[in-house]
Amino acid sequence: MTTLKPPIARVMRAGFVLHFKMLSRSPFDLYVVLASPIIFATLAYFLFTAGKGGANLVVAAVASGVMGIWSSTTAQGAGALQSQRRLGILEILVASPTPFWAVVLPITVAIAGIGVYSLVTGLVYVRLLFGVHIAIHDWLPFLAAVPATIGSIGALGFLFTSALVRFRTAFMIGNVFEWPVWMICGLLIPVTVLPAWLQPVSWLFAPTWGMRALRAATLGAGSPWVDIAMCGVLSIGYLIAGAVFLRLFLRSARASATLSLS
Amino acid sequence: MRNLRVLTIGGYISYRALFGWLRPTMYVLTLLIPSLTQLCFFVYLGRAAHVENDAFFVAGNALVAAATPSLFGMSHAIAGERYTQTLSLLIVSPANRVVLFLGRSLPAIVNGIVVSVWTLGIAAAIFGVHIPLGALAPLALTIGLSAFSCVGLGLFNASLGLRWRETAVLGNVFLYLLLLFAGINIPLDRLPGWMATLAQGLPLTHGARACRALVGGASFGQVGGLLAAEAVVAVTYTVLGLATLRYFEVEARRGAALEVA
Repeated sequence: MTTLKPPIARVMRAGFVLHFKMLSRSPFDLYVVLASPIIFATLAYFLFTAGKGGANLVVAAVASGVMGIWSSTTAQGAGALQSQRRLGILEILVASPTPFWAVVLPITVAIAGIGVYSLVTGLVYVRLLFGVHIAIHDWLPFLAAVPATIGSIGALGFLFTSALVRFRTAFMIGNVFEWPVWMICGLLIPVTVLPAWLQPVSWLFAPTWGMRALRAATLGAGSPWVDIAMCGVLSIGYLIAGAVFLRLFLRSARASATLSLS
Repeated sequence: MRNLRVLTIGGYISYRALFGWLRPTMYVLTLLIPSLTQLCFFVYLGRAAHVENDAFFVAGNALVAAATPSLFGMSHAIAGERYTQTLSLLIVSPANRVVLFLGRSLPAIVNGIVVSVWTLGIAAAIFGVHIPLGALAPLALTIGLSAFSCVGLGLFNASLGLRWRETAVLGNVFLYLLLLFAGINIPLDRLPGWMATLAQGLPLTHGARACRALVGGASFGQVGGLLAAEAVVAVTYTVLGLATLRYFEVEARRGAALEVA
């Protein structure tokens, strides 16, 4: 008997497209990614610039876009499997021949992927409402940094999903990480303002390197390609850790027949 | 007597039934920690922008901590009933509507006070903000009134839940409006005039000013006007919420759309 090998690439592509479309039609998810850049760009406008525009506001718009990507990941990524459990299809997905990580990863990357609306919204918002000229110093690294940032945050969402799969309230636990990551990853708040011991902690989070790459490309200072590479390195680490967690928890859930009950 | 029972016991039972964070771990993770981390975010943001001082952001955001349980707790009073398919039973019951929904508001006010006191106490310790002993009683009143006004806004949000399903989205919209325009994180003198004027009608605007003044050493008499204004805002939003609840209930009954909104 021939064992069918599932076409992993096709499964992941189809999963990403399907979930991206579904999330793009969800009022709550759209609110999460659209509200963050508007709220925080407005905050930055009145706090940092005292009502005046400037190049800093472009960086703030980009930062608020990354905040939207992270917000989407914490709001939905941690509880991604809870949605499948609620729909009653989690067991089917686990039991299918396709490796389960190949089912989960497109979901979490799609959740981070709708954050592209966040980035665009932030830039359009500051352009239209505050009259800020959108000047990106290096477009090539900027355009490369966008998928790198989204991909690495999506991979971090995969790690969250895998680690929290046994908790019914996973999405609530994921939300705990929203404000701390916004605070420590150098998005709107420079890391120099924070206690020194927090800086190494921020290096473990993908938004730190994504934001560094985007800021470097926007202002023409720093090394965006190194930061993009760090996004890639972190993504690999998250994927490995997430796959290990997923394997452990699924094995435990299968042994105790509690996959649909936890 | 029946109304008193609906107000107190009915409100308590409904809150326990719909409260998703009964386990202490969940309560800490979803209410206590995020309120603190949110406050820390804005304190450091203020430092980065060189705006005001730590006490400004600690006092304001400690009051906003009451907004989260108030807004979402009250909206869940309707959304939770719809989810458990008891909303129709609730609406068709002969219980006095004012007493019914005020009863559901009382535990939300208490919860808001608890979260706010926790946030203020811990944040003051972390950032070295000194709170005069004589300010504790007026601060307690300030926090109570602020929680009441947030619950009033939450009641209005809950009423919208009779017409629209997306109360979570609406709750977040209201929360962010407070963060931006109630003088919590942006000093009112930095906002355009019309925004600063609108802020006078928002929950927490006057409470935040009173809280900052008390932390800065003002006496109760000096903030009495602000507390009175906050109380007026609280009553206004509560009356508005009860009125819109009644309006949307009648509309939903007329269109048989209570469970499908």
